[in-house]
Amino acid sequence: MRTTPAGPADPAAPGAPSRPVVEMSGITIEFPGVKALQDVDLRLFPGEVHALMGENGAGKSTLIKALTGVYSYDSGTVTVGGTERGFSSPAEAQAAGISTVYQEVNLCPNLSVTENIVLGREPRRRGSIDRRASRTRARAVLSRLHLDVDPDSTLGTHPIAVQQLVAIARAVDTDCRVLVLDEPTSSLDAGEVAELFRVVRALRDSGVAILFVSHFLDQVYEISDRMTVLRNGQLVGEHRTADLPRLRLVQEMIGRELATLEDLERAAAHPVPSDAVPRLSGRGIGRTGALAPVDLDVHAGRVVGLAGLLGSGRTELTRLLFGADRATSGELRVDGRPVRLRSPRQAIAHRIAFSSEDRKAEGVVGDLTVRDNLLLALQARRGWLRPIPRRTGDELVAKYMAALDVRPADPDALLRNLSGGNQQKVLLARWLLTEPRLLLLDEPTRGIDIGAKAQIQQLVAQLAADGMSVVFVSAELEEVVRICDQVVVLRDRHKVAELDGATSSVDDVVDLIARGGRS
Amino acid sequence: MNRLTRSPLLWPLLALAALLLFNLVVNPGFFAVRIQDGHLFGSLVDVLKNAAPTLLIAIGMTLVIASRGIDLSVGAVVAIAGAIACNSLVSAPDPTSAGAAVVAISTALGVALLLGAWNGLLVSVFGIQPIIATLVLMTAGRGIAMLITDGQIITVDNDTYGWLGGGHLLGIPAQVVVAGLILLTVALLTRRTALGMLLEAVGINPEAARLAGVRSRSIVWTVYVFAALAAAVAGLMISAQVTAADANRAGLFIELDAILAVVIGGTSLAGGRYSLTGTVVGALILQTLTTTVYTVGIPPDMTTLFKALVVIVVFLLQAPRLRAVMARRRRPAPPPLPSGGLPDEAAAVLTGGPALGDDEHTPAHAPAPTASGTTGSGRGALR
Repeated sequence: MRTTPAGPADPAAPGAPSRPVVEMSGITIEFPGVKALQDVDLRLFPGEVHALMGENGAGKSTLIKALTGVYSYDSGTVTVGGTERGFSSPAEAQAAGISTVYQEVNLCPNLSVTENIVLGREPRRRGSIDRRASRTRARAVLSRLHLDVDPDSTLGTHPIAVQQLVAIARAVDTDCRVLVLDEPTSSLDAGEVAELFRVVRALRDSGVAILFVSHFLDQVYEISDRMTVLRNGQLVGEHRTADLPRLRLVQEMIGRELATLEDLERAAAHPVPSDAVPRLSGRGIGRTGALAPVDLDVHAGRVVGLAGLLGSGRTELTRLLFGADRATSGELRVDGRPVRLRSPRQAIAHRIAFSSEDRKAEGVVGDLTVRDNLLLALQARRGWLRPIPRRTGDELVAKYMAALDVRPADPDALLRNLSGGNQQKVLLARWLLTEPRLLLLDEPTRGIDIGAKAQIQQLVAQLAADGMSVVFVSAELEEVVRICDQVVVLRDRHKVAELDGATSSVDDVVDLIARGGRS
Repeated sequence: MNRLTRSPLLWPLLALAALLLFNLVVNPGFFAVRIQDGHLFGSLVDVLKNAAPTLLIAIGMTLVIASRGIDLSVGAVVAIAGAIACNSLVSAPDPTSAGAAVVAISTALGVALLLGAWNGLLVSVFGIQPIIATLVLMTAGRGIAMLITDGQIITVDNDTYGWLGGGHLLGIPAQVVVAGLILLTVALLTRRTALGMLLEAVGINPEAARLAGVRSRSIVWTVYVFAALAAAVAGLMISAQVTAADANRAGLFIELDAILAVVIGGTSLAGGRYSLTGTVVGALILQTLTTTVYTVGIPPDMTTLFKALVVIVVFLLQAPRLRAVMARRRRPAPPPLPSGGLPDEAAAVLTGGPALGDDEHTPAHAPAPTASGTTGSGRGALR
């Protein structure tokens, strides 16, 4: 399972600048009972984007926290600009020119853009904040990043993507030599990612060293010059991005010959008899302000993909199909009979299940055990007066934890202590326990590691083969096209096309999203 | 042993034990229980008896708090229940009959049900913040009680009704019996059915619970109704004990004692997991404290000050950050790993389990080796 760590790329290789601005070597961090990092090296060069790669739990965040002074390390050295030093607080790291932007925007939405940028280091005049100087400074840094944002506007009025860019502006407002971006793109759509990358490139070209963490391989290959791969808290290798083929990267990350995603057998598309009644049929389903009326048919044993950018209406549509929001127009039929879904309970009664894109806010009940989380939907359907008998519950839990390979295999662990991928498996199992006939999956593979992703994709294919109907939403078009028998393309809250998954390519979908020829 | 020291009940139990011991030292007869006229007598019995109303309200409050709510109106409900019962008794054709008592008690409970339904309606249907929604009844409630009693203290003389305040069953004070039965019922009802788990799910993540098909609305509604009913029973006890309804003073500030009891017992005000046992211990601590103040001869007006002192000590002992500091004192260095290999947890990590130092969050049991107070991860920061 363990591969010999590949040697670091030759620093003398063309394109590699002379001296790293940050050099971490032999970093080891032990938490009680476990080595979170073991003898890990990381070098960041000025004017380079360096991607830190690894599955969930590989130690990426721990390494970042060691660099930025959140955690202290048990052994190893950190050299910044040629002098050996470590940081005991994020403030110290920042003073040394190392700034971090985290996955969730950690700013104050109720303050103005200017205030957010200078917060905590406001220019002062005679003891009070110099507002004019603050604004000038904010303007300067915004224009340095070519961001067209009004510095006086309230931060909360901007979309998340802009807030993220403001967070970066704040990070580079100080004398910033190293910028750490931890999953900056996880909630951005393609256009916003492009804007972010433009800013990142501008910073890179001005000589800043950038450490970039992302689950999206496409983005990593697009933006990074160099990669460090971690696995299980150990260094696997450092590579120039151009020298590392994707397949190789994935193998290094998961440490085994991947039952490669590319090799995932496409479940033979199930032909739909022309006279078959769709399991779910929507005509003109819409909600004022959220989704223009949409027609949609989902047949038994089929996987229907919803493709589109963030905000295209794909999430809105799944929520309407589950009764999580109420439709203001249109008619829904389940097995040909008209139904009205005014609450999730009613949808569940029709054997519809829904896994939300926002796992943390709308799925995970963190302080309950894995067992309780698994049984939640089934128990809710039975009602509180009829508790699931202890033994039946244990059997169901054991069966589904094994089937979905939930780790650790401890039903009494609190769900919040599981990794993202395993939480997602538990949430899927929660619904599978209720034996749904239609499964609505909104971004079931977002933010989880590749191994779990492949498992979930295989599961979807298997469920469809067994006759379940699935609606599958994903921002990763490649995944949608590969898994789905039928792809509904949404754009700007309208349905623009419906494609046959078997005969379409990612390019077809991208083309439709981009051109949006409304049909 | 390890399980015991980690139990959130440890410190509350120790505090209770310390209080009782202190009383034993000051008053060697404190633990003595004797039987007189077939009834149990003694300081401990008094503690239990006097704790009963607060305990009842605290049980209701525990469930409300578990649902992410709070009920400030229970003190007002205490006053209203007493007022209605006494008013009903004095206006009955035969105020001393058992039938009149039954009618009075039923009327009071019926009204409490409506009041609870009102709170539940505001919170679960209209989505008003619980603290605001119940503040309405808290402020209006005493006014309603005053209206019912016409501003007077109504005294009653009814043996059946008086039993609730001064009677005994098998030698045990009626208050203790009633509170114990209700506690037992609630424990069975929430832990033997799925109600407790569903309630916790609603309290921890309401939206996730709703999307999983949990009837959040009716569950939340029910806990407010139950809290009002429990408060009404407590109100009947209080009024029966003094055989009068005092709209001004009955149950004054009892909602705060109930909330304190719940929190001392380890149930988080943030909602979610709850502990009825903890609430019982919390209520007993508060009552023992009051008794202690009387025993030692401190002016009763200063009781609140002593309550505050004990409460702050218990909270500090429970505070995750303080416990972390003390744990580090006790174990200056983490034990070295066995040379034979990594422990189970580590093995789980290496085989792809949820690793410590995970990318999305740090598990609560893996604090940074030298937490500088800036990690803000895990339970410590959240609770």
